[in-house]
Amino acid sequence: MRAPGGPEIAVGDVLLSVENVSLSFGGVKAISGVSFDIRKGEIRAIIGPNGAGKTSMLNVINGFYHPQQGRITFKGKTRPHMQPYEAARGGIARTFQNVALFRGMTVLDNIMAGRSLKMHTNIFWQLLRFGPALREEVAHRVRVEEIIDFLRIQDIRRTPVGRLPYGLQKRVELGRALAMEPDLLLLDEPMAGMNLEEKEDMSRFILDVNDHYGTTIALIEHDMGVVMDLSDRVVVLDYGIKIADGTPDEIKRDPAVIDAYLGVAH
Amino acid sequence: MLYREVGQFKTSYTSDQAIFPILQDRLGIVAIVIAAYLIGLTGGDFLLNAVLIPFLIFSLAAIGLNLLTGYTGLLSLGTGAFMGVGAYACYKLTTYFPNVNILLWVVVSGFFASIVGALFGLPSLRIKGFYLAVATLAAQFFLEWCFIRIPWLFNYNESGAIEVPQREIFGIIVTGPRASAQTRYLVVLTIVAALTWLASNLVHGRIGRMWMAVRDMDIAAELMGIRLLPTKLLAFAVSSYVCGVAGALLVFLWYGGAESTVFDINQSFQILFMVIIGGLGSIIGSYFGAAVIYMMPIVLRAVPGWFGLPLQPATVEHLTFMVVGALIIVFLIAEPHGLARLWQIAKQKLRVWPFPY
Repeated sequence: MRAPGGPEIAVGDVLLSVENVSLSFGGVKAISGVSFDIRKGEIRAIIGPNGAGKTSMLNVINGFYHPQQGRITFKGKTRPHMQPYEAARGGIARTFQNVALFRGMTVLDNIMAGRSLKMHTNIFWQLLRFGPALREEVAHRVRVEEIIDFLRIQDIRRTPVGRLPYGLQKRVELGRALAMEPDLLLLDEPMAGMNLEEKEDMSRFILDVNDHYGTTIALIEHDMGVVMDLSDRVVVLDYGIKIADGTPDEIKRDPAVIDAYLGVAH
Repeated sequence: MLYREVGQFKTSYTSDQAIFPILQDRLGIVAIVIAAYLIGLTGGDFLLNAVLIPFLIFSLAAIGLNLLTGYTGLLSLGTGAFMGVGAYACYKLTTYFPNVNILLWVVVSGFFASIVGALFGLPSLRIKGFYLAVATLAAQFFLEWCFIRIPWLFNYNESGAIEVPQREIFGIIVTGPRASAQTRYLVVLTIVAALTWLASNLVHGRIGRMWMAVRDMDIAAELMGIRLLPTKLLAFAVSSYVCGVAGALLVFLWYGGAESTVFDINQSFQILFMVIIGGLGSIIGSYFGAAVIYMMPIVLRAVPGWFGLPLQPATVEHLTFMVVGALIIVFLIAEPHGLARLWQIAKQKLRVWPFPY
């Protein structure tokens, strides 16, 4: 479950640390001076009211946005300007708030595409689809089938994802991210727009991923019940500033968090 | 009833990952290929020369463009020019090395088109959609200008056209005015079938999935570690290669000589229409598209003759234009995803026929 090249990090050590990161778009400060860390093996929630900078934070972590200030250290390596593909190579996978699946492709192809990075046969073998290329294809198909079994989507593997209901699309997207065998999995509102049953399923999958594959997970979620139940630690953002950081119990009692969510009497 | 997959159990992922997992499909492909070769051995000159050879060549060009536009989602209007690069490259190569097997040069000339295509594909990182189409239009006009203004390309011919010299393989005349339609058809068929097979392998593997990922959601593809520029450039290179070979075949094995106008913007549009009507992102759709756009007018032109209608040739020509145009609109309204989708639906229906429930 570990991308090659990086140093071995024990469970409980810091996997990713964000130090004093600031990001602005023109005059709008999306994130200002935020620091927090994510430890290996934990489920870390990032919460906050709308527009607090949560998704921007994920985009900074996987290299899609480049912060004006601050440092991000992942697996002991600090990179000021990381490109998205470098983040992916380093072992960061993510899902999106509004499902970003490859709509024209089947479920199987979507998840197989998640393994593109791990497939290496060159174009000449690919053209012949023979020998190493075919062996590689089948070897990865085996791994993809494990994920399909894990997420219980066997019956839809040949269905184009555009035809699936929303809840299943979210599940396929999780599968595609898992296919990358990431060290750090970023989930952007994995339960948005789901009914109770689907939320329970998704929660179970997230816990199972964490437990079974040992994947470190950072998730953004608005459903406080889910966040408090799933996560080991929570960081709270409001207007781009970190206002609290701690275990779910500490967060629940934190006056700054309560003010941010409920408003302050003036 | 015959088209059933009942009882065909797959016991390995190798057989399940096959491009044609259903036995009947595999038999069908074999039957079509055998039939195609038999036609080559028995067919008349008109059928081969005026119908099948150009149909195969245009299908190949449509496959080339489909790799780029259908699979990778990059709209290109430079197909004609990329075909031209292949044709002119082949012409120059065989002038300098007349003793080398002409088929080798046909296959190699594609690489020149591939380099040019990748070069003009560079803007695709920054721009997409219609804007990219306009950027490829620049390729179309620039290359066409080269074909007219650089006399070296056509060996300083006074006519400004390339004339295909006679070339032989094992004593059989393959190109030039004295080559028989049968020989040329068999050569074209072999090359087109081989490239189709390779293209189909490519789009069903890792590279094809990367292309489709970039087409469907480039941001997600990037965050999965797919680098956009190399992926898009590869699509341009492979697509232009196929188009280049198609261009070389067009001149060397069909026209027997060509001016720059063969590779003008109309050619680009014609190939694009084949891809759209046939079905974006489908290899077999490219054949359907070429069949509709190229063969339908031929059939329609013959129709008044069958009924003995006394029409002027010019009137027939105009009528053909109108009918083809109307049919294209009907196809697009009835099935915007092209004939390939209709084919797919038909196969799906056939699988459950006669008990759909």
